[in-house]
Formats: sequence, C-alpha cells, structure tokens
Amino acid sequence: MIRPCVLLALLLPLAAFAADPAQAGREVYQKWCTPCHGAGLGKAGTEAAAAHGIKPAVLEQRTNLTPKMIETAVRNGVSFMPRFRKTEISNADLAAIVAYVGRK
Amino acid sequence: MPLPPGVSARDFQTVLRQFEAVVGKDWVFASDEDVELYRDSYSPFWHEPEDPVPSAAVAPDGVEQIQQILRIANNFKVPLWTVSTGKNLAYGGSAPRLSGSVVLDLKRMNRILEVNDRNHYALVEPGVSYFDLYRYTQEKGLNVFIDAPDPGWGSPVGNTLDRGGGHTPLRDHFSTLCGMEVVLANGDVVRTGMGALPNSRTWQQYKYGFGPYVDGIFTQSNFGIVTKMGVWLYPMPEMRFSGTVSVPKHDDLIPMVDTLSYLMNSNIVLGTTRVASSLTAQARDPELVALRSKPGGASIPELEEFLRRKNLPYWSIDLPFYGPTEVVPAQWAFAKRKFSAIPGVQFRDGATNKLPPSPEDLAKVANSVPLGVPSLAIFTAMERIGDGHIGLSPIVPMTGEAVFEVMDAFDKVIQEMGIHNVSVVPAGTYYPRSFFFLFNFPVVHNVEENRNMRSAFKRLVQVGAEHGWGEYRTHLAFMDDVANTYSFNNHALPRLHETLKDALDPNGILAPGKSGIWPKRLRKARA
Repeated sequence: MIRPCVLLALLLPLAAFAADPAQAGREVYQKWCTPCHGAGLGKAGTEAAAAHGIKPAVLEQRTNLTPKMIETAVRNGVSFMPRFRKTEISNADLAAIVAYVGRK
Repeated sequence: MPLPPGVSARDFQTVLRQFEAVVGKDWVFASDEDVELYRDSYSPFWHEPEDPVPSAAVAPDGVEQIQQILRIANNFKVPLWTVSTGKNLAYGGSAPRLSGSVVLDLKRMNRILEVNDRNHYALVEPGVSYFDLYRYTQEKGLNVFIDAPDPGWGSPVGNTLDRGGGHTPLRDHFSTLCGMEVVLANGDVVRTGMGALPNSRTWQQYKYGFGPYVDGIFTQSNFGIVTKMGVWLYPMPEMRFSGTVSVPKHDDLIPMVDTLSYLMNSNIVLGTTRVASSLTAQARDPELVALRSKPGGASIPELEEFLRRKNLPYWSIDLPFYGPTEVVPAQWAFAKRKFSAIPGVQFRDGATNKLPPSPEDLAKVANSVPLGVPSLAIFTAMERIGDGHIGLSPIVPMTGEAVFEVMDAFDKVIQEMGIHNVSVVPAGTYYPRSFFFLFNFPVVHNVEENRNMRSAFKRLVQVGAEHGWGEYRTHLAFMDDVANTYSFNNHALPRLHETLKDALDPNGILAPGKSGIWPKRLRKARA
C-alpha cells in the first residue's frame, strides 16, 4: 500500500508544473506559434508584422499583447492566420500561451 | 447554427446527448462560439449565406467511438464531415460541404503507431501532423526523410487522402500510400492490402494484397472514414543539390521541357520544380510595360530582344537532385549533357545541402521543406495575396506547347473578367508525368470581389475542361463544377461514384457532397 506521504511526494512535480503556467505555455507556444511567429527565415507571422512596422516583429518579444488580443487572434484568426480549434489548442493550452507571452 | 437537413431540433439535442455519452462532454462542440472555429478561415463566401456552417463537431479518440458515432448518425440521418487535422486551407479548411453537417474531428487520434527505418515507412492515425511525425523521427534518431506538403501542420493521412503533393522524391503522396484501416458507414472495420491478412507482417511493405485494389476509392471520397494509414518514407539521402538551366529564346521551352521530362521519367531529377520566365521578375520594368502596352502587345522577338539586352534568359528551371554524394554530381553532369543540345543554354550551380541538415544549415534556408523538414514558410507568400486564397490547379501535359497554351487561355479569361492579384505557380512537377499549374485567387472580406472571383474561377474550370485540362482537387465551393467536367460517356464516372455511395452509405451520412458525390436523398438532377 502506498502511504499518503509517498503519494504526496509523487504528486509534487505535477503540482509544481501546474503552478508555472508560463513554463507549460512555452512548450505549447513552441509547437503552435513558433513556426510562424518565431525568429529567423521563413516565419510568415514575423514577416507580416515587420511589413506592418510592428516592433519587435517576433511575437515572443512583444510586451504589449493583452490576453484578449492573444485569445482573439487564436480563436478568430488574423488576416491569413486561420482560427485554431479546441482539439488543436485547448482552452487550457491557450491560457498557458497567454501566461507565457505575457510573462514579461 | 443550422440544424442537419431534415433533423428536428429535438432530435438533434438527443443526438448531441448521445455523442456526449460516447466521447464525453468536453469533446462535443455545439455552442455558437465553438462551432465558429470549424468554419472555413479562407472562405470565398465571407459574409454570404452560402458560407457553409456546421451544426456541431464531435471529436472521438478511437475506432470504437467512431463506430458508436456512426450508429447514432445512421439512426438520425445526421451527416458527418470528417477532418484529420482540419488544415485543408484553400480547399475548405475544416468546414463541411453541406451546412448543418456535424464535423467529425479526428485531431485527437494522433498516435504514431510505427516508424520503420529499415524498410522506410510509417503507420499513423489521422490526427498526426507532418510536424509530429518529423519530431518523432528526430527524437528517435530514425534514418528516414519526410516529404511534407508546403504547410507542415497538415496530416499524412489527410493530405494523402486529398492526393496532395510535396517537393522531394516521394512528392506524389497517394503513391506512398501502403495499407489503410477504414471504418465504413455501417461501422464495419476494413483493412486494405496486406492488412486484410490476420497477423500480416507486410501491411506497410506491399500495397496490393489479393483481389481488387480498393484504396483509391477512399481518397477524395465519402465512402468511409480512414483511421490508420501506412505511408512510405524515403531513406535519408546523403545530399540535395540544385542546378539551374536557362535558355535564351521563347521556343526553347519546347526542347527544354522534353529534356526535363526525360530526366524526371528516368528518376534522375527527383523533386518538384517549375518553369520560370525572366519576364515575371521584369514585369514592372518601364520598357517592358511600354512594349506590352502598345497596340497588339509585345511580339515574341521583341520580348527576346528585351531580355537579350538585359542579359537575361527567357526561361529557367531549377533541377533538384537527391542522392549519394558520388551520384548527384554525375546526375547533374548528365543533365547538362542532355540540355546542351539547346543552343545558348546556360548552367549555374545552386545550393548544396548535406542531409539531414544541421541546425546551422536550417537557419540559412527560408523554406526547409525541400530538405525534409516540415515548415509553414509557404505562408510568407500569402500576405501579398489577401486574407486567404483558393487555388485553381489544372493538370496539363508536360510539354512546352502546353505551357504556352495554358498561359494564353487562362490569362485571357483572367484579364477579361478583371480579376487582379492572381499569383501563378507555372508548370510545377508535383506529380510525375504531367505539369501542375497553380493559380492562387485571393479571398477577401468583400462580397462583390469574392463573387467576381468565383465567377472567374468557374469560367476557368470550364475553359480548362474544354482544352482537356482537369482540376486535381478543389475547394468545397467548386466540387460540383469540377465533378461535372469529368463527364465522359454521359458522366459515367460520377455515376459509378454514386453507385458506390448508395451501396456503401445508404443513409447518406458520410460527407455529403464531397468531390460532387451526393447521397441519393440529397442528389439533384445533373445538368
């Protein structure tokens, strides 16, 4: 039989992970956002932002994005960026992205 | 949101409760806000009532759940529109052909069941993306090379079922298909090819099994729900090299394409390329604008002289080579020898990439797809097009004469109909033995402009068919139009599709209208 204190110890890493949504958001961000909004060549979202004079063009480096702006972009799309369904980016994933992008 | 056609609001609520009992409440999406996410992000019907809207979506996690969903859908005659990763942008995204359909969203079925780098294949579920597959092969250190379509967020299953294309030796994705698992409308689970043999050990190594080969009827169709697919992968080549061939005169394109055809059909040139003209890059040169603006337009000798003075070729083609480091230079040398029969031909060495590419090499390329690394770089070209786009993509003969004819015929219609901002990928080699033209039409948030664009698109489908050029795939909005062009012998092929539809899906619940195939209860008289 597993004693309660052992069970508590097993749960600790998960609890610690959940307590840092920005860290969880980094992984989700890299999977879903970086291919278009990252740094380097061939990043369509970054190039589009640069073309519109938005600085910095790399999304991760922005400090003026509100949770509402991020949620609206993900769920409604922007220009040629499509909407993302909840089977792709769940509400929990979206909250994690918001926490990660807004960590600064 | 609309109800499924012929289903009462009360029955639909029962359907949704039953779906919830199968997949759980979290995976049935019926609120307006959630259903909105399944509409076409690149819809040519923005702000128009014809824009297809689903009634709901349901996301199962396995074959048994799909079987139960089918049982419910059959009971209530609820149409289901299946998507794999739902990223079929330019062709409808995750939206259904028929408003009121329930989207069967397979994104949760995202298991990579096997990747074998001794025989070079993968067995995957529909929700697996090319990005997922690539990450998996990297994490496991597998010696395989992935051919992804331009956007890497699509799925090998979905893209293969729509007969998509890529850029590298295995770019014709249907040709890589090796064995599938399909759930039929009645819930029966079929495995094709060697998969029909219990305990088969070659499901992903031999395509055909025994008896009729049926895999093709589940592509671009609505005859079943594909839940597993085998796809062949390429053994990791040692290198990729690109060399450019250029010729000075307009008519040089004819022997140039004949040589290209020889090299491709001999498996020497092994990737997607396209025919490029220097006139495209010079389109805004004042001298060229003046030449083209004069009465009667510019003559071919005048255009040749314009380019000669600028020391530019008339046509050029980048040839992609993949293979061993000893072999690729020899292939390039052989290609140069074959093209040298054309007077004035010139050659230029392009990029050499060791494969697999190092992170440093990847950082230097704008588009990693030709190097076997999925990407979304294609969207860097999209901003110039609009808020989205749809593609007209006729298949035409691989000859220089056909290139002249296509550009002439389609350009005339586009000019006549006043459509602007159409970008063209001319004469691509996404598929063996034929050319693939891609005309990207912008989609904008303007009803009038979209209506004009749709009229032009339909006209071009007709013009293409009159010349013997058929579409390889199309957006939801044009599926009936394109299907109607495949009309040999009083529409014998579409009638065969309907015979199969009626036999396999008598209640007409699977993707009504996909590729112009309608179930009997929704079928209209053919024009």
